[in-house]
Amino acid sequence: MNTETVELGKETQEYFINMGPQHPSTHGVLRLLLTLDGEIIKKVEPHIGYIHRSIEKMCEHDSYQQIVHLTDRMDYLSCHMNNEAVCLAVEAGLQLEVPERVKVIRTIVSELTRLSSHQLWWGVMGMDLGAITTFLYGFRDREMITDIFEETCGARLTMNYNVPGGVMFDIHPNFQKRTKEFITHFKKKLPEYEELLTGNVIFEERTKDIGYLSKEDAISYGVTGPSGRASGFSCDIRKKHPYSAYDRVEFREVIHTDGDTYARYVVRMDEMRESMHIIEQLIDNIPEGEHKAKTKAVIKLPEGEYYQRIETARGELGVYVISDNKKSPYRVKFRSPGFSNLSALDTMARGCKIADLVAMMSTLDLVIPDIDR
Amino acid sequence: MKIAKSVARYIGDVIYALKTLLTGMKITGYYFFHPKEILTQQYPENRDTLKMFERFRGEVILIHDENNEHKCTGCSACEIACPNGTIEIINKREVDPETGKSTKAIDKFVYHLQMCTFCNLCIIACPTDAIKMSQDFEHAVFDRTQLTKVLNNPGSKLMPGIRE
Repeated sequence: MNTETVELGKETQEYFINMGPQHPSTHGVLRLLLTLDGEIIKKVEPHIGYIHRSIEKMCEHDSYQQIVHLTDRMDYLSCHMNNEAVCLAVEAGLQLEVPERVKVIRTIVSELTRLSSHQLWWGVMGMDLGAITTFLYGFRDREMITDIFEETCGARLTMNYNVPGGVMFDIHPNFQKRTKEFITHFKKKLPEYEELLTGNVIFEERTKDIGYLSKEDAISYGVTGPSGRASGFSCDIRKKHPYSAYDRVEFREVIHTDGDTYARYVVRMDEMRESMHIIEQLIDNIPEGEHKAKTKAVIKLPEGEYYQRIETARGELGVYVISDNKKSPYRVKFRSPGFSNLSALDTMARGCKIADLVAMMSTLDLVIPDIDR
Repeated sequence: MKIAKSVARYIGDVIYALKTLLTGMKITGYYFFHPKEILTQQYPENRDTLKMFERFRGEVILIHDENNEHKCTGCSACEIACPNGTIEIINKREVDPETGKSTKAIDKFVYHLQMCTFCNLCIIACPTDAIKMSQDFEHAVFDRTQLTKVLNNPGSKLMPGIRE
């Protein structure tokens, strides 16, 4: 289109447009400053900070038990994994050995969280492209998982189920039954998802060869998680640096090499199957024992630096804690997956149209509170 | 020949597109004729039958028994455990009429619901299990001041045998 205008001999002028902060497809308060030539995107400049709550600074005044609930509010769709990352960092600092039962429970709940996050992403992805149907279908199946969480953890979204040393309560007696019910239910429903969206001609036209991200770019921007793996970047922390019970389960790291929007979609769909596979292996083999290791009422980490990385539904979350042997940390830094994934948006979007930008953003699966913290 | 081929491809594309669209329509059509599989709850109407799970975190309450006695000794463990300053415990000195000893007792257990993040840390911290989370989730009020609650009933006392 750009060349056409040149041929016609008409001078075109670049112009700017604000997408957001109150735009339904930015999934929160993200403002994108777009430089456009007609409908072609020349540059994308994300402006963030609209939902900054200074979580890292607040951590410096809170005890180690109190930090955990703040991380719920970062990436609220993978809240259990965020909590787990903080707890693992604190446990590493205390050199505390958590019971086997805790490791397995944490892994199962993590995978359920990943499933619910991907279900919501699938629904919202369809809605961004103009199909409200998928949104309702995704939420229908997600409801079963939130019910499991509500029964065992006490809340649907911001669960705060982890505490340093274990989990807050033992699993509810119904937990295993309900989880198995969900797995059998969702195994039937996942093919429905595929039929509704994957093969659809409109969907394919809007996602294939759109928003290409090469493997080199993915690595240099630090794009991790399903978005990175769709570009061929093998970055699954569960495989590379196993934590909790991931060393004893068998699963496949889903990697595609296409690097376009469709590949990112397919990776997430396959990851849902892998998550179900992991849960199936563990749900009948939860070891008996305590649900929490004994910790002191006031936790003081020995002086030093502790880093824990973890695979959330969006990519690699790093928790970096510096302790000066007081009851609250000297400094906490979160390396959030959303922030790094967003940085690649400019490279992906150049030369595409505005409508494609929406598709790209929804497959990057941005959660804005995670970017701002 | 060339035209015939392109026409054939065009028709093929149209048929493929229609087929993929109909696959999606089949699913939505199935649910249209099976309304029993739809899970919508009629919320305000089903209030009487709607039961939350036992561990659901609605709001903090102080448990009172039928003699208007509670288990809170006023140790402030929950106040320290709370990350947001939601709980405020105001103590008073009470003189036991029998022994003449002066003991600490709670005057007011103030709970600021507007600051609560429902993290459950206060419930875990409580050494006497005096507080718990209720299943009530309808917190909407007309004025913000109504969210600051005094949890101990007027005239309530400490349950005997708790302090030991």
